[in-house]
Amino acid sequence: MPKKHRLKRVFGAEERQHQTELLYNLTYAQSRRIGAVTVKITVEIADFKVTKDSDSVITTLNLGSCVGIALYDPNRKIAGLAHIMLPDSTNALDNSNPAKFADSALALMLQEMTKLGANKAALQAKIAGGAQMFFSPAGPASRIGQRNADTTSRLLRLYGIPILGQDVGLNYARTVELYSKDGSVVIKTAGRADKAI
Amino acid sequence: MELFTLSDVHYEIMREIGNIGCGHAVSALSKMLNKKVGMKVPQVKLLEFGNVAGFVGGPENTIISIFIGISGEINGMILFLTEQPSARVLVNMVFGTPKNTELSFSEMELSAIQEIGNIMCSSYLSSFASLISKSISQSVPDMSIDMAGAILSVPAIEFGKIAEHVLFIESVFSTETDNVSGYFVLVPDLPSFKKIMSALGVD
Repeated sequence: MPKKHRLKRVFGAEERQHQTELLYNLTYAQSRRIGAVTVKITVEIADFKVTKDSDSVITTLNLGSCVGIALYDPNRKIAGLAHIMLPDSTNALDNSNPAKFADSALALMLQEMTKLGANKAALQAKIAGGAQMFFSPAGPASRIGQRNADTTSRLLRLYGIPILGQDVGLNYARTVELYSKDGSVVIKTAGRADKAI
Repeated sequence: MELFTLSDVHYEIMREIGNIGCGHAVSALSKMLNKKVGMKVPQVKLLEFGNVAGFVGGPENTIISIFIGISGEINGMILFLTEQPSARVLVNMVFGTPKNTELSFSEMELSAIQEIGNIMCSSYLSSFASLISKSISQSVPDMSIDMAGAILSVPAIEFGKIAEHVLFIESVFSTETDNVSGYFVLVPDLPSFKKIMSALGVD
C-alpha cells in the first residue's frame, strides 16, 4: 500500500503516535514536529501535575468524593490538574503530602505553574467531583465530597481565579481530561454520556 | 500506634477478624442460597492511595458495592464488593431465573442485591462485635455501582486524615459451581483500631 494512502486514515489521538512511529520510524522529536503526538499525563489520587506542553492531555481517574481542580493559562497554554482528597491540611494529623488537601495542593500547583511561566491573573479554573458515593446520615463518609467542592470553590475565589465550569456533587464517579491546547475539560463517567465543561 | 509499626501479631489478629466475620457472612449466604460457599484466607493490606483498587480489577473496573457505616464503641465502615456477573448469578439464584445474563439490573433486583449485602455485612459485624465484646451500631446500607477506584477512595479518604496509607482487612468468598465471588473490606478508624487490639489483649 502506498504511504500516501495510509496517511489519509484518521487515527485516534492515542493510535496516532504509535502508528506514525510505526510507519515512518520517526524519532519522538520528528513526530512532535508534524503534530502527531499528544502527550498523556496521569494524575494519581492525592497528586497534581502541571505542563507547558501545548499538546498534552492531563487525566485523573475516579474522582468520587475527591475533587479535580483544573487550572489553565490560555495565553501561555500552561495547564495543571490536581486530585485532592480532603479540604483542609491545617487540621489533619498527617499533612506530609500537600497534594492531598485542597488548600495546600492549590498553593503548590499555583507555584509550579508560575514557575513554568503562567500568569496568575490570567488563570481559569474548572472543577469536577465532590460526589457523595454513599448516603451515610452521620459518621466518617458524610458530606466529605461537598466539603471538598465548597472549599475548592472558596479557595479559588480567594485567589481571584474564575471558575469557568464545574460538574460537582451527585453520587457518581468522574474521570477528568484536561486538554492543554485550549483548556477544555471532558468528564467521563460509567454509563453516562461524556460531558465537556 | 503507627500503621507502619504493626507487628505480626497485629496482622494475625486482623486476619482472624476477617476470617470469623467472613465465615459468618458466608454461612448466612450459604443458608440463603442453600449452596456450599467457600472462602479464602483473609488478607490484611496496607496500601498506598493510588493502589487501593488493584485487587478488584483496577480503578476503572465497574463494581457493585454495599456500604454500611459503623458507629458506637467502634467507628469505621464495612464494604461488600462484587462484580456485575457475580451479582447476576446471586440474583438469578434468589429469583429463580437461571438463564438471565443481563448485566444491568431492575429496581427489584438491585434491592435484592442490597439486601443480600446487608445480611452478609450484618453477620460479619455481629460476629466481630461479639469477638471483641463491644457494642456496634450500623447505619442503613447504601449501594453504589461505579468505578472501583472511586468507591475505594471512600475508605482511603477516611484514612487520608491520619495517614498516607489505607488499612484493609479483605476477605474473599466464592461458590464452588456458580462463579459467585465477593469481597468484604472492613475499615476501622485508627482510634477504633487501638480499641480492637486492646480488647483482644494486644497493645
